[in-house]
Amino acid sequence: MSRPSDHYDSPALAAVSQPRLGFTGWLRWFWRQLTNMRTALFLLLLLAIAAVPGSLVPQRSSDPNGVTQYFADNPDLAPVLDKVQAFDVYSSAWFSAIYLLLFISLIGCVIPRTKHHFQALRAKPPTTPARLSRLAGFTERTIPAGQSASLAVDSAKRMLKSGGYRVALFERGREFSVSAERGYLRETGNLVFHFALVGILITVGFGSGFGFSGQRVLVEGQTFVNTLLAYDSFNPGRFFNDESLKPYKLTLDDFKVKYETKNLKAYGQPLDFTADVTVTHRGEAPEKSQVKVNAPARTGGTDVYLLGNGYAPKITVKDPNGVVVFTDAVPFLPQDANLTSLGVVKVPDGLAEQLGLIGFFYPTQATMDSGAFFSSYPDLEYPLLTLNIYSGDLGLDKGVPTSVYALDTDKMTQLTGGKTGTKSIELKPGETQQLPNGLGSVTFDDANPGAKAGDFSGSVLRFASFDIHHDPTQLWVLTFAVLALLGLLTSLFVPRRRVWVKAIEEADGSVRLEYAGLARGEDPALESAVAELADRHTDLLLSTETAATASDKT
Amino acid sequence: MNLNELSILSLYSAMAVYALAFIAFSFDLAKRSAAVKSAAELTGEAESRRAAAEESHGLKSGGTTTLTRISARIANDAATPYGRSASLRVGVSLTVLAWLIHLVADVLRGVAAERVPWANMYEFAMTGTLLIVTVFLIVLTRADLRFLGTFVTGMVLVLLGIAALRFYVEVAPLPPALQSAWLVIHVFVASLGTGFFALGFALSGVQLLQFRREASVAGPTGGRLRFLATLPSSATLENLAYRVNIIGFILWTFTLMAGSIWAEQAWGRYWGWDTKEVWTFIIWTIYAGYIHARATRGWRGSRSAWLAIIGFSAVMFNFGVVNVFFKGLHAYSGL
Ligand code: HEM
Repeated sequence: MSRPSDHYDSPALAAVSQPRLGFTGWLRWFWRQLTNMRTALFLLLLLAIAAVPGSLVPQRSSDPNGVTQYFADNPDLAPVLDKVQAFDVYSSAWFSAIYLLLFISLIGCVIPRTKHHFQALRAKPPTTPARLSRLAGFTERTIPAGQSASLAVDSAKRMLKSGGYRVALFERGREFSVSAERGYLRETGNLVFHFALVGILITVGFGSGFGFSGQRVLVEGQTFVNTLLAYDSFNPGRFFNDESLKPYKLTLDDFKVKYETKNLKAYGQPLDFTADVTVTHRGEAPEKSQVKVNAPARTGGTDVYLLGNGYAPKITVKDPNGVVVFTDAVPFLPQDANLTSLGVVKVPDGLAEQLGLIGFFYPTQATMDSGAFFSSYPDLEYPLLTLNIYSGDLGLDKGVPTSVYALDTDKMTQLTGGKTGTKSIELKPGETQQLPNGLGSVTFDDANPGAKAGDFSGSVLRFASFDIHHDPTQLWVLTFAVLALLGLLTSLFVPRRRVWVKAIEEADGSVRLEYAGLARGEDPALESAVAELADRHTDLLLSTETAATASDKT
Repeated sequence: MNLNELSILSLYSAMAVYALAFIAFSFDLAKRSAAVKSAAELTGEAESRRAAAEESHGLKSGGTTTLTRISARIANDAATPYGRSASLRVGVSLTVLAWLIHLVADVLRGVAAERVPWANMYEFAMTGTLLIVTVFLIVLTRADLRFLGTFVTGMVLVLLGIAALRFYVEVAPLPPALQSAWLVIHVFVASLGTGFFALGFALSGVQLLQFRREASVAGPTGGRLRFLATLPSSATLENLAYRVNIIGFILWTFTLMAGSIWAEQAWGRYWGWDTKEVWTFIIWTIYAGYIHARATRGWRGSRSAWLAIIGFSAVMFNFGVVNVFFKGLHAYSGL
């Protein structure tokens, strides 16, 4: 059996009498159920439905913060949803079960068809049916006496053959016929398509286990070495081995941003982000390169993507004696389109108490009617840093990893801002202020101290966040996807059809020609193709006849 | 008046002309119903009428058929033959006119923005509807689907109305995330695919109505939608719908692939089950189901037609709801 028994083109099975179903009988029965068209259809539709919930509920894979938020917003519902893996739909047991069954069905369906197709490729076209008149595009023509039926069929055969048909001649009494078939490519394409899908699944399933993805934030001037420890976060595949990391160096030399300034309706919209980097491979000279949003740098077996950027104000904290206890460019996370940014500084050692600073940075500070600050433009026109100071226990000593972007203020006392009655610290680049309670001082360092007064354009460094990936499956998946597309095109557009031409010698010596076709699958042009064949063939016969009679006369 | 304002003016003009075309097409449907009624009264027995029609067109005999174009076959298998119709021709002419003005609106928007005019919801809607009409007009040259004019102009009107009133945004430059050749390819092919799916949806819908009429006990000229008797048989409609839908499916497959390539360049992974990716996948799977249904005994005919209808509903949902209300990386609605 080539196609599933419930394919519309398969012969209807006589009601199968139920044999005694032993174990193997049941197995065979189950296998037949799994590999029929209806099951495939059912599983396909089920897969479509099963994919929906993952778009309604945030997913851990693509939106982990959304999941945390969901738990906070729906404390009762979320754990229940979590039980049914609603936050990991696409790796859930039920989703995997559906697509695995679907692909088992697919393989079970496609292998017998492939076998059958190989046989069909070598077989001769089938015998001409006794009666063509019931077939598609049936056409009759008569040519006058003087022509031989077998020669007429011969010329039809040649015509069909040059049209890409496989042909076979048959003879039954005074009936000569040619049986022709074309379009095996249709089935080939269909099989290629289905196999390519299997190829995609297997490469994605196994191949991606060898890859990794990691994130790293770099401030202008900083360098990163491609080793496990240098990543801020790292997600290895199942079979990943860290010896496969090539320890190249990547330095962020400069991060350039262009904003719209002419079109007032889109004023301040970013036009371009460019990270100028230098990549140095071990034992080689440094190379300049660039990373842009839609243009990753591909180097050392990894792809480096630019995913985010922002400001990294350089902050220095000194103790009352002027000894530096903290100094660093601290990446602040952008909160809105005009890059109001939020950052945290932790000073665990060197001062009388542990100190935590929560800062807001406004690249172009403006004031609302309420007195609150906001940023009115994303570039450095009028930068301002505000800091709220907390003292107490930073909670760093418990060995629990904490985020560098968040400050746990539970065991701390707020010293400035909010309800403390003491004003928050406000700093412009280059300015210094004393910390409350004589703790020391804090400075907002100017990254470009030599600039003209009022020119802040280089006063604060920028950071870029990079995603660094290695995915060995990419090329394979692309190859299979292209194969699938090509297979699909041939299987949907190459018509598979059979055509017959029959020539019958009548009693009066004339020859009756019959033409007919049979579609194998969708074939809207079949009837016109048969009609055209009939026209061309009779024209040819008649013209050779007139040519023959013409030459007779001379 | 700047280019964008000119574009808006053209768009509103196009909508007005589409509205006129819609009226002409509706008028034609009404006339079809009337023609069916009088034909039924004349012969009293519609079935004989149909037999006669088929005989005279040589469909059954199959004898010396010289059909060279599918269109001939489509026009001929209606239960009640329907002659020339002035309002139909007016409808088509007005649609062509509206399409031209629509094209001008779209091109002007692109020139005003100095880039392809499909980078936010307003522009997707404008270009997408333009492509729907383009596909319709192109298909008209190969098959007589003018009876779908009411549907096509009606739908385009509604979509353009929503676009102009709810999705309108000022011209803005492309944000870095959209600066890619894949925007041009991926979004264009997706919109083109949508054009074919829309037509397939309409054909499948009419197919279902037609099937109900053919099977109805009230007789083939009964029922409220009498004009159906002048349209091709449900079997012909099904084949037409299939041909249109598979073209849509191939374009959609390409959209999916191009999107993955772009996602790899922009976000570092070719597939991440982002909401928009999920819905593109769902749509693809539904239409794969539709194609399978057409090859499954017991699922040809009405059941597969329902799948095509569900598929296009998912396309519209993806465009109108997922883009606007769902959270995800594809935050480009511009709203
Ligand atoms: C991942 C699951 C599957 C997908 C996405 C899929 C998709 C498709 C598509 C798009 C087509 C039309 C294009 C073509 O003819 O090549 C098709 C055709 C076909 N598929 Fe599948 N398929 C899947 C699984 C299966 C399974 C499990 C079976 C067997 C039970 C099957 C049997 C067939 C057959 C027989 C055809 C030809 C239909 C015809 O004769 O027109 N497919 N499939």
